[in-house]
Amino acid sequence: MTGLFGFNWGLPENISDMGASIDSMMSVVHWFMLVLFVGWGSFMAYCVFRFRARPGHKATYEPIHASWSKYLEIGIVVFEAVLLIGFSMPVWASFKRELPNKEAATQVRIIVMQFKWNFWYPGYDGVFGKTNPKYARGSNFIGLDLDNDPAAADDYVDQGELVFPVEKPVHATIMSQDVIHSIGVAALRLKQDAIPGMAIPIWWKATKTGSYDIACSQLCGNGHTTMSAVLRPVSNEDYEAWKKEWWTAPPEAAPGPTETASPAPSAAITPAPAVPAATTTPAPATTAAPAASATPGTH
Amino acid sequence: MSDHGHDHHEQSFISKYVFSTDHKWIGIQYTVTALCFLLFGFGLMMVMRFQLAYPGQPVPLIGGLMKGGTFFSDNGALAAEGYNMFGAMHGTIMIFLGVVPLAVGGFGNFVTPLQVGAPDMAFPKLNMMSYWVYFVGGVVMLFSFFVEGGPSQWGWTVYPPLSVIIDYGKLGQTIWLGGMVFLITSSLLGSINIIVTIVQMRAPGLTMFRLPFFVWAQLVTSFLLLLAFPPLEAAAFMQFCDRVLRTSFFLPTGLVVSGSVVEAAGGGNPLLWQHLFWFLAHPEVYVLILPAMGIVGEVIANNTRKPLWGYRSAVYGAIFLGFMSFIVWAHHMFMTGMGTTMSTFFQTTTMIISVPSVIILTVFIISLWGGAIRFTTPMLFALAWMVMFAIGGLTGLPLGLTATDLHLHDTYYVIGHFHYVVAPGTIFGLFCGIYYWYPKATGRMMNETLGKLHFWISLPAMNLIFFPMFIHGLGGLNRRLYNQGTYEVGRDLAGLTVYQSYGTYLLLFGQLFFIVNFFISLKKGAVAGANPWNSTTLEWAAPSPPGHGNFVTPVAAYRGPYEYSVPGKDQDFSPQFVA
Repeated sequence: MTGLFGFNWGLPENISDMGASIDSMMSVVHWFMLVLFVGWGSFMAYCVFRFRARPGHKATYEPIHASWSKYLEIGIVVFEAVLLIGFSMPVWASFKRELPNKEAATQVRIIVMQFKWNFWYPGYDGVFGKTNPKYARGSNFIGLDLDNDPAAADDYVDQGELVFPVEKPVHATIMSQDVIHSIGVAALRLKQDAIPGMAIPIWWKATKTGSYDIACSQLCGNGHTTMSAVLRPVSNEDYEAWKKEWWTAPPEAAPGPTETASPAPSAAITPAPAVPAATTTPAPATTAAPAASATPGTH
Repeated sequence: MSDHGHDHHEQSFISKYVFSTDHKWIGIQYTVTALCFLLFGFGLMMVMRFQLAYPGQPVPLIGGLMKGGTFFSDNGALAAEGYNMFGAMHGTIMIFLGVVPLAVGGFGNFVTPLQVGAPDMAFPKLNMMSYWVYFVGGVVMLFSFFVEGGPSQWGWTVYPPLSVIIDYGKLGQTIWLGGMVFLITSSLLGSINIIVTIVQMRAPGLTMFRLPFFVWAQLVTSFLLLLAFPPLEAAAFMQFCDRVLRTSFFLPTGLVVSGSVVEAAGGGNPLLWQHLFWFLAHPEVYVLILPAMGIVGEVIANNTRKPLWGYRSAVYGAIFLGFMSFIVWAHHMFMTGMGTTMSTFFQTTTMIISVPSVIILTVFIISLWGGAIRFTTPMLFALAWMVMFAIGGLTGLPLGLTATDLHLHDTYYVIGHFHYVVAPGTIFGLFCGIYYWYPKATGRMMNETLGKLHFWISLPAMNLIFFPMFIHGLGGLNRRLYNQGTYEVGRDLAGLTVYQSYGTYLLLFGQLFFIVNFFISLKKGAVAGANPWNSTTLEWAAPSPPGHGNFVTPVAAYRGPYEYSVPGKDQDFSPQFVA
């Protein structure tokens, strides 16, 4: 239905799994609006012409029995119910409840601050390290405890690009250090506020590689307009190559980097973690993160 | 209650024109003050539109005068700070200092007592206080333009933590909160007054279902103001405490700004502000639109020369709209991490609230059927209101549904939507009312030719400014961007902003006809009798302009409000006040 009569209402390119259903709903809603508007408008224009004041024309006192107006109103209610139950709720439920399994997804934390994006990857160990604002210096904006926490040592933070493989869900947790920001990716039909004090899980699955805008979508200060980043879905091979280039290689790289980042780093890879950081990672100390470490599907 | 019907003691200039307790004069004070604020708020927007159309280029006239100051950069272009300040103050001024005072303070004050056949408001002194508290609030808001660091700059919604932690110590935002306390207090005083006047002071025979639709709209509006504004007043005070006393109502623990930890106790929640704010600000939307609906209803009945079709449905619709408006507020917050339960509730109530709006619009449209439509200036504005409000209302649909809101939230689509509701919607309704009741207020008609020029220029200008916003929004262009060419998304659409800026010039040009008409007609307008529009409601029983105490002889209502073209009568209107 998206391309009904080949017209997509000027929506930008969509590269997400979920975006297609949003686009078809957008199209349905707008056709509905257009039909109603043209219907009302033509009726009104007809009335204005036919019942214009002119010599010899008198208004009628008796009201017309326009029972069709009742049917119109009922029709609108029914149509809105269909939009609500048939389109909006399923999409929203999928967005909110069908968070991908962490093992099966690319995991990333998005830490935002005035006017920077930090795309924080757990590294080959699959464990996000601890943070504390007192360690924040240089380009370590999020304050990773690089000296004491081995889980942090191999974490990778990218401040310009959010890189991830296509055709595989991304499980992201979005947090803010200072004020409210919002991640807006028109190509993914995605928007999510980053609220300080909250860790909000989101997910998406891109179906196409390329470079797309990430725009801060909530006024966050005088640098708001410049707060941009790049979303770069890549092929699996390119993702591995990108990781190799930027991520800290695992300490014992003898058998070559294991392909999947296991959530439970075995002792063989990580030399005796100080904290038994097995399944859940502590939320960054900077934020009281209620949902950050929650298992998928409970939010 | 006032019982000073016919006292003719000499009033001093001050007590007659400055600290007046006469509802009509207070209404005029409100109207003129609010119109000035509307023009000022529009001026701010013109500068912003220039920046969007020609990013980084010096603003003509103003830029040269004010370059290098708080708002403009050294070359005279609007700076990012200035853009944000103008944006925040444009919203604040248009809503809290322009439209609400005009719709409720102006029309509510001037028309309501006349339409219910009362000699004045129930509490004339409270009424005077309400205007002066509003006036002080306005002065406070304007004063904030001149303080160090400039006025509030974080949108009219002033979301914390941004509005608290980034500019601790800067006066602008603190003054904004103080100004809001004045404006809210003023609205509360006004709304109590209108409610009591309508309930207690109706003329004999004027039962609730003989009240003109305008009075019903004012009644519902006043209840909304009375019940929705106090939470915002409390919230404004809490944010004031966060800023000045360093409390943490809205600040969570552990905020870090530019690498250093914010010294605040923490433990608060930024979303609390949003809930309190939107608990007011959604009913506020209906505070803006209901009085306009009321005015349009009056003018339609008068100019179609037939009774309003479905008057009772419109009244029930307005009441239902009022109730529902209290339980839709969180649809402004779908993107704050809301789960499925909450969002289901709020998008369902949002769909439900569209029904009474549709009913009221349908009532107005069907009322045209069988009429003998006079195309007076007020009627042109009323007809345009219907079309423009339809666009504004319909475009609320994809925003009220969470799935489509995912794409449209925080884009220009939102701006287009609410401006269609408020600008060519409500403001056209208010112009309609000014042309309609001007003869009652001044005793003279406004000039029809100038009025029609005003209308025929304003209508395309408004659409030229606001319609491209839907195209921008669907294309993914975000709101609140100082420069619309920042992102690839929507960059190819940014060229439309040049035409939008032409729209602002055209709109300003159109308003000149109104301003000239408004002042010239005071002296030169054709003398209006008591009832120049051949209308039926009680305000037309009083002389134009009505003296102190309004009616020369006591009035009573003998029939419903819109008895036009009653069969068997000599004239096509049967006033309520004629036995």
